[in-house]
Amino acid sequence: MALENIVERCQDLYEDLDFTSVRAWKEAGANRKVIGHMPVYVPRELIHAAGMLPVGILGGGDQLDVIHGDAYYQSYICRIPRSTIELAITGRLDCLDGMLFPSTCDVIRNLSGMWQLKFQDKLIRYFDVPQNFHRDIGGVFYTRELQGFRDALSDLAGHEISDDDIRASIDLYNKNRQVIAELYAYRSAEPWQVPTPEVYLLMRAGMLLPVDEHTQLVHDYIAAAKAVERPVRDNCRVVINGLFCEQPPLGLLKSIEMAGCYVVDDDFMLVARWLLHEVPMDGDPIHNLSDAFITYSSETSCKYVPNKKDKGKYLVDSVRRSGAEGVIFASPSFCDPALLDRPMLQNALAAHGIPYTAFKFAENSGQLQPIREQAGTFADSIKLWSAA
Amino acid sequence: MTTAASQQADVQKEESMLLQKAMIGANFDALSTAHEEGKKVSSTFVPGNLNELLMCFDFVRNLPEINALQSAMRKKSGGYVMEAERSGHSEDVCSYVKSDLGMMAKGQLGPTGKPLPTPDVLLLSYTGCFTFMKWFELVRDQYDCETAMLHVPYQADGKITDNMRDFVVMQLKEQVIPTLERVSGVKFDIDRLRENLRESAKAEDDLVWVLQSAKNRPSPIDAYFGGIYYCGPIFSAFRGSKEATAYYVALRKEVADRIEQGLGPVTPEGVMDEERIRLVVEGPPNWTHFRDFWKMFYDEGAVVVASSYTKVGGVYDYGFRHDPDNPIETLADYCLGCYTNHSLPARVDMLCDYMEEYNADGFLNNSIKSCNSFSAGQLLMLREIEERTGKPAGFIETDLVDPRYFSPANVKNRLESYFQMIEQKKARGDSRTAA
Repeated sequence: MALENIVERCQDLYEDLDFTSVRAWKEAGANRKVIGHMPVYVPRELIHAAGMLPVGILGGGDQLDVIHGDAYYQSYICRIPRSTIELAITGRLDCLDGMLFPSTCDVIRNLSGMWQLKFQDKLIRYFDVPQNFHRDIGGVFYTRELQGFRDALSDLAGHEISDDDIRASIDLYNKNRQVIAELYAYRSAEPWQVPTPEVYLLMRAGMLLPVDEHTQLVHDYIAAAKAVERPVRDNCRVVINGLFCEQPPLGLLKSIEMAGCYVVDDDFMLVARWLLHEVPMDGDPIHNLSDAFITYSSETSCKYVPNKKDKGKYLVDSVRRSGAEGVIFASPSFCDPALLDRPMLQNALAAHGIPYTAFKFAENSGQLQPIREQAGTFADSIKLWSAA
Repeated sequence: MTTAASQQADVQKEESMLLQKAMIGANFDALSTAHEEGKKVSSTFVPGNLNELLMCFDFVRNLPEINALQSAMRKKSGGYVMEAERSGHSEDVCSYVKSDLGMMAKGQLGPTGKPLPTPDVLLLSYTGCFTFMKWFELVRDQYDCETAMLHVPYQADGKITDNMRDFVVMQLKEQVIPTLERVSGVKFDIDRLRENLRESAKAEDDLVWVLQSAKNRPSPIDAYFGGIYYCGPIFSAFRGSKEATAYYVALRKEVADRIEQGLGPVTPEGVMDEERIRLVVEGPPNWTHFRDFWKMFYDEGAVVVASSYTKVGGVYDYGFRHDPDNPIETLADYCLGCYTNHSLPARVDMLCDYMEEYNADGFLNNSIKSCNSFSAGQLLMLREIEERTGKPAGFIETDLVDPRYFSPANVKNRLESYFQMIEQKKARGDSRTAA
């Protein structure tokens, strides 16, 4: 498939707030079920193993006119829950048979209770992941939680989910993680070939498409991107951080690149990159998923860092690994995890002499010129420092 | 009541308030001299506060939330919050955190003006509030002391599962207690814990009796503004101590006397004359204008008969008591049962029960900008409660310790309108009339 066709397909999926592709998948087979999930992490392998489609619910972006949702939230609460409620109230999420709310923050946690009050006919689950990363403690708790989740999905599916079903799903998601890692490595090596708005759209497509289809799409994109030559610009290389839950308007990502920054790493759609290595295929698959979370999962502001010396290390590592020259903190307004974490991450960067800049956004931010100017000034200052 | 009476010199206090003031003052004194005296200091939070356990290791106990609110009541928190913002903390996040960090940046003087020590251990009881986790990461960043993390799972489905309890118990046994032993140099003695828990249960009995006294007409207490004082010892550095038990015995006697005399709550301007409106309130109070805020209620004859905030450091009125026969498990159940660790449907059920049991005329939500744990979802809760009870509901917005977010005229205006609505409904004899 040609590059522009792949991007166009992803763009269509991104803009479709009626979840047409999900509805089509559901209608293509008898008794198919769909489970929605909020950011940041749920084990999609189990949903897939139940024969269901996991669908990332990421708010309404800048295309949705939020009318009802604002009546559910005070002005000082972030935007994603209100547009998510709007999606639900307007019937756009009717195609979901269940909804998962990970332990991302208090707002997403409480949204699970709102769902319990308003949408009682669905499977609703607050998905509590451990903040204790000892195998014998947090690992034991999480393994049991996963087993409970598996049982709940079995009840909804009306059939058992076998270990082999889960192994097969793990295999598919391992392949998906692998191709996404290839995509990120390619962008890091040749960011002019892989514009970040396109990476973002590809990752968003993975929130809607069946995993094997998404894996193929990313393969196709990489092949198509390698087949064209795009101009190399005199941009600086940056990592952007803070986009793990509420989504940036696509225009914000374009503005950053237009301002002279190549984004070489990010924290988009972490659910797809949460587990940092392949999950083993042999042995108890529930245990393997649990152990992967405990021992080699990604880091973000929603996660506790047990040792002070490790705070911010992941971001410094990301800068080093991707050859970035600085970090842009793009935090959603009123986002507790991102905004509380930011000073500590900034300290970690400062300790390593890594420049950074920070701004806030909302998913429906329309005035992007100030962000473009800030990013441009940041890029210029990096170039000046480098020259010195 | 006269406005002159609201001035500091004329503030009326119950005996129990004076007793509590002395206890809190003594604790701040103990904190200021702890290291000189060779004592170790712990810091922890109100929800999931394992005071009985910390006492087993002879820690002098520091609670940053209490410091922040005490600083706010002494008009100091605004400067601390701005200091934290100047050093890069967002205006969007919790003002308790910023007050604490600003206080540290400005020389670490506690609310009473005496120095607060650097803690030797942070007991990060991650109970019902995501911000706690980041708060202690931020504090750890400054102090460089040990942190004992206790992850308390959320009661999303309205019940404590075996897995949740086992997880908390395992963390306590395998990690928290060994860390406290190591930092304090004191060996853990489970019988000492049992003894502390026994004291807790006695105090909890008396606290519940006091809070439930609001079922009387007139209510002898205000269960929000007064209730905060009543919960003070049990929520902070004293639960499990003999002095807390003695405080609650004295408090209970004081309230019993008021019931016998048919008296209403004691406000800063004396005993409230006439109880005109009975309210259930959800959400924490504003601390920066605490007295002004309270006055807006008692000037209108409005008394709070039940509140959710008085359950934030432990829900005791549904039967939970610390159990000395199961000392570790009971600590787990305590943490798991704190109010903000309950799901929204469970919170709605609890508040509807209060409306019924305490014969309330209305439900008021004080929504706090700083506190997403409480605030996210409150507008839906409000609608649910109004629909189920048929009683009018009101909504105001303030903040914990950031004075910029308390707008007296707006709050007063809203409250007066709300109270008028309640009185009109009462006059019409309306009940269960919500559409």
